[in-house]
Amino acid sequence: MNRIKTAFLELGYIDILSGKDTPVHRIDPRAKLLTTIIFIITVISFNKYEISALIPFFIYPAVMIGLGELPFYYLFRKLLIVTPFAIMIGIFNPLIDREILMHLGTLPISGGWISFTSIMLRFTLTAGSVLVLIACTGFNSVCMALEKMGTPRIFAVQLLFLYRYIFVLIDEASRMTNARSLRSFDGKGKEIKVFSYLIGHLLLRTVDRAQRIYLAMLCRGFDGEIRVNRRLEAGNREVIFTIAWSAFFIAMRFYNLPLIAGRFITERIL
Amino acid sequence: MSHHIVEVKNLRYTYPDGTCALKDISFRITHGESVAVVGENGAGKSTLLLHLNGYLMSGNGVIRIGDYPLTKQTVKEIRRTVGMVFQDPDDQLFMPTVYDDVAFGPLNLSLPPEEVDARVDKALSTVGALHLKSRPPYRLSGGEKRSVAIATVLAMSPDILVMDEPTSNLDPRARRKLIELLKTFKHTKIIATHDLDMVMDLCERTIVIHKGQVMSDGPTAETFMNRELLAESHLEKPLRMQGCPVCGKK
Repeated sequence: MNRIKTAFLELGYIDILSGKDTPVHRIDPRAKLLTTIIFIITVISFNKYEISALIPFFIYPAVMIGLGELPFYYLFRKLLIVTPFAIMIGIFNPLIDREILMHLGTLPISGGWISFTSIMLRFTLTAGSVLVLIACTGFNSVCMALEKMGTPRIFAVQLLFLYRYIFVLIDEASRMTNARSLRSFDGKGKEIKVFSYLIGHLLLRTVDRAQRIYLAMLCRGFDGEIRVNRRLEAGNREVIFTIAWSAFFIAMRFYNLPLIAGRFITERIL
Repeated sequence: MSHHIVEVKNLRYTYPDGTCALKDISFRITHGESVAVVGENGAGKSTLLLHLNGYLMSGNGVIRIGDYPLTKQTVKEIRRTVGMVFQDPDDQLFMPTVYDDVAFGPLNLSLPPEEVDARVDKALSTVGALHLKSRPPYRLSGGEKRSVAIATVLAMSPDILVMDEPTSNLDPRARRKLIELLKTFKHTKIIATHDLDMVMDLCERTIVIHKGQVMSDGPTAETFMNRELLAESHLEKPLRMQGCPVCGKK
């Protein structure tokens, strides 16, 4: 099986996860989306050298993974795939910011390394929480929630279409790469030139398909607006979920829990 | 009732790149008829079907669907009347779930939500796919996709069904089920296909197209007996009408 096909199955797996029936899955998508947004805002609002205050925020994804019965290792691997982007953002900090801010034993640690660690922590928290959101809600429901909460419809619909046709596209791409690799020998036929032909061909096919889809939409009375008949229901459970978590995040934002706990313990011991 | 009639007169169409796809096609299909359009690859079947719902419009020739001539003004009404099932269900199922997809058309007709729900349920149960309602289309099998694609069209309550290769890519049982399903429909049906055995089951009338022209238009049984006509149009007798390969009996 080629790598593209594997990616396809892995992507499909998140759909299977979102179809589970646990207390977390049953919560209205809007409540989860709003909570995740507040989570992300509070996490990124810390100053750039913050590390310890970020630690308690791991409670949220941990609880969601636990109650939602999500496979931690799978989500962790998904997170690893996008890690290089975060590393690229932070990697120059240790080179530019060389001022020593703290000592770990005798090891001096510069501000650059601290902010780099902070960036990586924030990345893990924010990207992780979004992954958890999708795994326990489903991509489509997240889009619906975005739309119901006032995102311009065109964006929500674009996302829906993207997700619908990514499967078809991956399938086509994997068939093309299979056809190529079956007729490539000793590295011949795997040149970048052939690759560019494949990509070009894929683009043309996509344009063709887009036209056929548009035709199918026209045939069913499409007039520029996509209507979706779906009622979401939010009750007390959703309100409590959102308010409780948000209150927790905001409290964590203003009170550094590890620091308070540390002080408490050291005072007791001393 | 005159509104299930499809009439095509002297239709001609040349693609912008100069390919002449249709040269002078004329036929008239009356209410409740089930008609097959057969011909070799590139004969112009798909081009013809694309004219029937106004996707392609050429200045040459007249198409009348029911009481209306097909023009820019009437195209909306005509698209509701003519339900089109595409060859590749992936083109037709573009919404996130089966429910959304079947509801797409009725919602565009501005029907009230309860009516939309009722129509979706009815269309899905007609094709035996009610249990797939909340599934995403890309997780369905080929046969299921085809059934749902037909349901999306049925939910619009069309008078005329136009289908492009409905039995392609189906396993024998799914194909048989589809044929049985199509038999129960009372709509006027126009089916473009290479599956001549299905034509024998479903269509009493067959139009043979070759190089953009109508070669023959008549009862299916007679058409399929005409060996020269079939050979000239790159077709063969349906397997059922050929000799038995084991015992050699005709």
